[in-house]
Amino acid sequence: MRIGVPKEIEEGEKRVALTPEVATQLQKLGFTLAIESQAGAAASFDDEQYRRAGVEIVEDPRDIWHNSDIILHVRPPIEHPELGFYGVELMKPGQTLISFLYPAMNPEKLQALAERGVTALAMDSVPRISRAQKMDALSSMANIAGYRAVVEAAQHFGRFFTGQITAAGKIPPAKVLVIGAGVAGLAAIGAAKSMGAIVRAFDTRPEVKEQVESMDAEFLMLDFPEEDGAGTGGYAKTMSPEFIKAEMDLFAAQAAEVDIIITTALIPGKPAPELITERMVANMKPGSVIVDLAAEAGGNCKLTEANKVVVKHGVTLIGYTNLPSRLAAQSSQLYATNLRHLLTDLCPEKNGEIVVNMEDEVIRGATVVKEGEITWPPPAPRLSVAPKADIGAKAKAQMAKAEPKPAHPLAFLVPLALAGLALFGLGSVAPPEFIGHLTVFVLSCFIGYMVIWGVSHSLHTPLMSVTNAISSIIVIGALIQISSDSPLVVILATLAVFITSINIVGGFAVTQRMLRMFRK
Amino acid sequence: MNAGIITVSYIAASALFIMALGGLAHQESARRGNFYGMLGMGLALLVTIIGLVTQNQVFLIGGIVAGGAIGWYLAKKVEMTQMPELVAILHSLVGMAAVFVGWANALDHGATMTPVEQAIHATETYLGILIGAMTFSGSVCAYLKLSAKISGKPLQLPGRHLFNAGLGLLAIWFCFEYVAAAPEGGFVALALMTLIALVFGVHMVVAIGGADMPVVVSMLNSYSGWAAAAMGFMLGNDLLIVVGALVGSSGAILSYIMCRAMNRKFLNVILGGFGSKSSGNKSTGGAAGPAGSEADIKPIQAEEVADLLSHAKEVMILPGYGMAVAQAQHTVFEISKKLKEKGVNVRFGIHPVAGRMPGHMNVLLAEAKVPYDIVYEMDEINEDFPKVDVSIVIGANDIVNPAAQEVPDSPIAGMPVLEPWNGKTTIVLKRGMSTGYAGVDNPLFYKENTRMLFGDAKDSVDAVLKALSE
Repeated sequence: MRIGVPKEIEEGEKRVALTPEVATQLQKLGFTLAIESQAGAAASFDDEQYRRAGVEIVEDPRDIWHNSDIILHVRPPIEHPELGFYGVELMKPGQTLISFLYPAMNPEKLQALAERGVTALAMDSVPRISRAQKMDALSSMANIAGYRAVVEAAQHFGRFFTGQITAAGKIPPAKVLVIGAGVAGLAAIGAAKSMGAIVRAFDTRPEVKEQVESMDAEFLMLDFPEEDGAGTGGYAKTMSPEFIKAEMDLFAAQAAEVDIIITTALIPGKPAPELITERMVANMKPGSVIVDLAAEAGGNCKLTEANKVVVKHGVTLIGYTNLPSRLAAQSSQLYATNLRHLLTDLCPEKNGEIVVNMEDEVIRGATVVKEGEITWPPPAPRLSVAPKADIGAKAKAQMAKAEPKPAHPLAFLVPLALAGLALFGLGSVAPPEFIGHLTVFVLSCFIGYMVIWGVSHSLHTPLMSVTNAISSIIVIGALIQISSDSPLVVILATLAVFITSINIVGGFAVTQRMLRMFRK
Repeated sequence: MNAGIITVSYIAASALFIMALGGLAHQESARRGNFYGMLGMGLALLVTIIGLVTQNQVFLIGGIVAGGAIGWYLAKKVEMTQMPELVAILHSLVGMAAVFVGWANALDHGATMTPVEQAIHATETYLGILIGAMTFSGSVCAYLKLSAKISGKPLQLPGRHLFNAGLGLLAIWFCFEYVAAAPEGGFVALALMTLIALVFGVHMVVAIGGADMPVVVSMLNSYSGWAAAAMGFMLGNDLLIVVGALVGSSGAILSYIMCRAMNRKFLNVILGGFGSKSSGNKSTGGAAGPAGSEADIKPIQAEEVADLLSHAKEVMILPGYGMAVAQAQHTVFEISKKLKEKGVNVRFGIHPVAGRMPGHMNVLLAEAKVPYDIVYEMDEINEDFPKVDVSIVIGANDIVNPAAQEVPDSPIAGMPVLEPWNGKTTIVLKRGMSTGYAGVDNPLFYKENTRMLFGDAKDSVDAVLKALSE
């Protein structure tokens, strides 16, 4: 099948849905590839790189939209501002579009796709279950957004992030507050932390405390009775009014203290919650920075203006809505890899043909239009959370059952007594010569026992080959017999001498060879 | 030469053998230990040849020279990956020699003895041949299994326990027959017993699965020692008794260590059938089953592995039998060297039963020139995993299986395992999604922080090395 990648036409969009590296890997799945000329230019991938990776360069995007079996895209398709065509209208039944589509916000786009009789997969609708992580573009983009938020903040913040003591005086470290410890929040924590800032984080879901602390940041606790803010799919839900009041008090106190606030609080399908009020902004130190990652959904701070950097009350408010595009090469690479993983799942035979298998939970979730029929929203995802505690308890119960009964304290005497009796019986009949040999035998067993316990594990193989060589001492038996007069005995003894000699020389030589290899 | 000198020389040889085994306790003294062993053997041979051999010296010298040459050739030519096979076949030679010496002794009855002495002597001969024949056929069978000339799967005849018990009873019956008829007769009973012992040896080893080979090899090692000790009793020779007991207990301890490393009872291993049909069915019927859904598997490319590795601080390499099969140890060492140059701390973690014989992995790594001070035992490194950034599992399965700790009714439950899943990322090099020798699915492959690099181990590590060099 032919995969086509048109250039992104949305204003300010620098990403591209295919990188040369991913192109090579997709060809291994049996696909042929075409890309619009200059599609990767803004993300620093030029046409020559694509050509070298075996991708056909096409000048006219209309050709791509019309003639590709699969179209990979980043943003939801829109009318071409210069050429004046709408890509979706050029599509025909049998084609597949894979892109961010935001079906909840774009019902008319879904309708247009359905009218063309095509299949469409929305990257933002990939269910957020663990096996779909490799194609979770929302997470990979959020990760970039979090990192970039810190970079943007650093650009507008007039001081160092890290504290220093210099000849010119002491510099305090910057204090960063991250609100919402999702993927973006955690990425922001990591980036700010590695630049040397003191990082605090807040989230309504108490279970992320551990993740925050694992990144060496401080998790701010609310002095409030337990309320779990975890909703479905890893997002937070709206909290009770009392909780919000306590939360706002916390933010007000923090706002006066920190230098940078990064907010990432989003609740799916709802306007972003207002967390930073105008009064809090006014209370911040002049020169402080707020990066509002929820700017597109109205912002966590009402003063933020989408796509703009504004200064209010001496505080810089950054409201860029497309941060991943500001790190275009990186985000293109991750997005293209997410697409590759999705295509790998769609193409189980690796023959360049895709199968939209609606039985597969991940593919079902991502598919919003199937051959002209709108299939969004998908049925509620089966939550794969097993009753963990129950299993644990059962396991424990079983373990407890399996615990063997403690042996009788004197039980070890039984074999000892038996051995003693046997020896006693033997001693009463056996000739003294035999008893002498038995003494030697038993003592040697103990010596062997003591000596071998000390042998280092790594030398077990040499130990075996050397004991093997030593056990050829049995040759002595053959030597004693070889001087016999019976020809049969001589033949047997000679054979025994022959094979034990193989063993003696072979065993010692190979041990020597092995030991010579061990070195510090 | 008088008997006193011979006895004294034997005492010296015994002491040298004990020092040889003691020397192997540490890397530093190991080569000296081997030297003591050679010295002891040389002394014992020399004294016996000068002191006790009175005729047929030509056969003697001929046998020693021809055998020695073959042994020398074998030792020089063998690949380190084939060590288990070599050791197994050498064990079979000890067993065969014991059979020959025993038979020669039974045929060549010299001194007159009292009836009790005669009975004991006949029993000793009988036992020596029995153990020798068992060691011989068992070792040959183990050799065939290890060199993949016959299937490594456990062969389980219906009613095999009954069969074994029958063979045992027959062997005891023939023992009485032989002891009663010795020294002049009873050779038929002796010959039949030799056959029974050969069959028993084969049957015992074929019933044991591939993962238990380390136990089998060390058990055969032990048997070859007991055979030598029995010969010592038969001939009234203390040197043979001492050496036989040393080797016998050494092999027994190794078997014990191996069994402990798998959390299994020795008897259980010998009676065979690890990962066999019956236990496999039981476990899949229970909680084991497939440990995760196929789609939870996250594949990774060699280039990404190289990238992960070069940005890690702590890397742990966990080799298994798959590395030996693919002969990948040299490339693995090259990778570790490259990483070391980049300032990455690379260590190797060895599970006691990794490979097909005790200490197999250590020898392979030593062959690849990996310095032994970065090679660690499981117990030494298991608690370090939380600090490890990347663990690479190469051709291992059961020894890194979390089911041993998490699934109480798994066939490998309770077996101590390496715990790479406690680290940040685990990369598993594997040919496909097959289960290990124990036939148990491995939940490690489905863990959140595990990435699978599919393909032949050698090709995969070559690709990683290439990506690292770029």
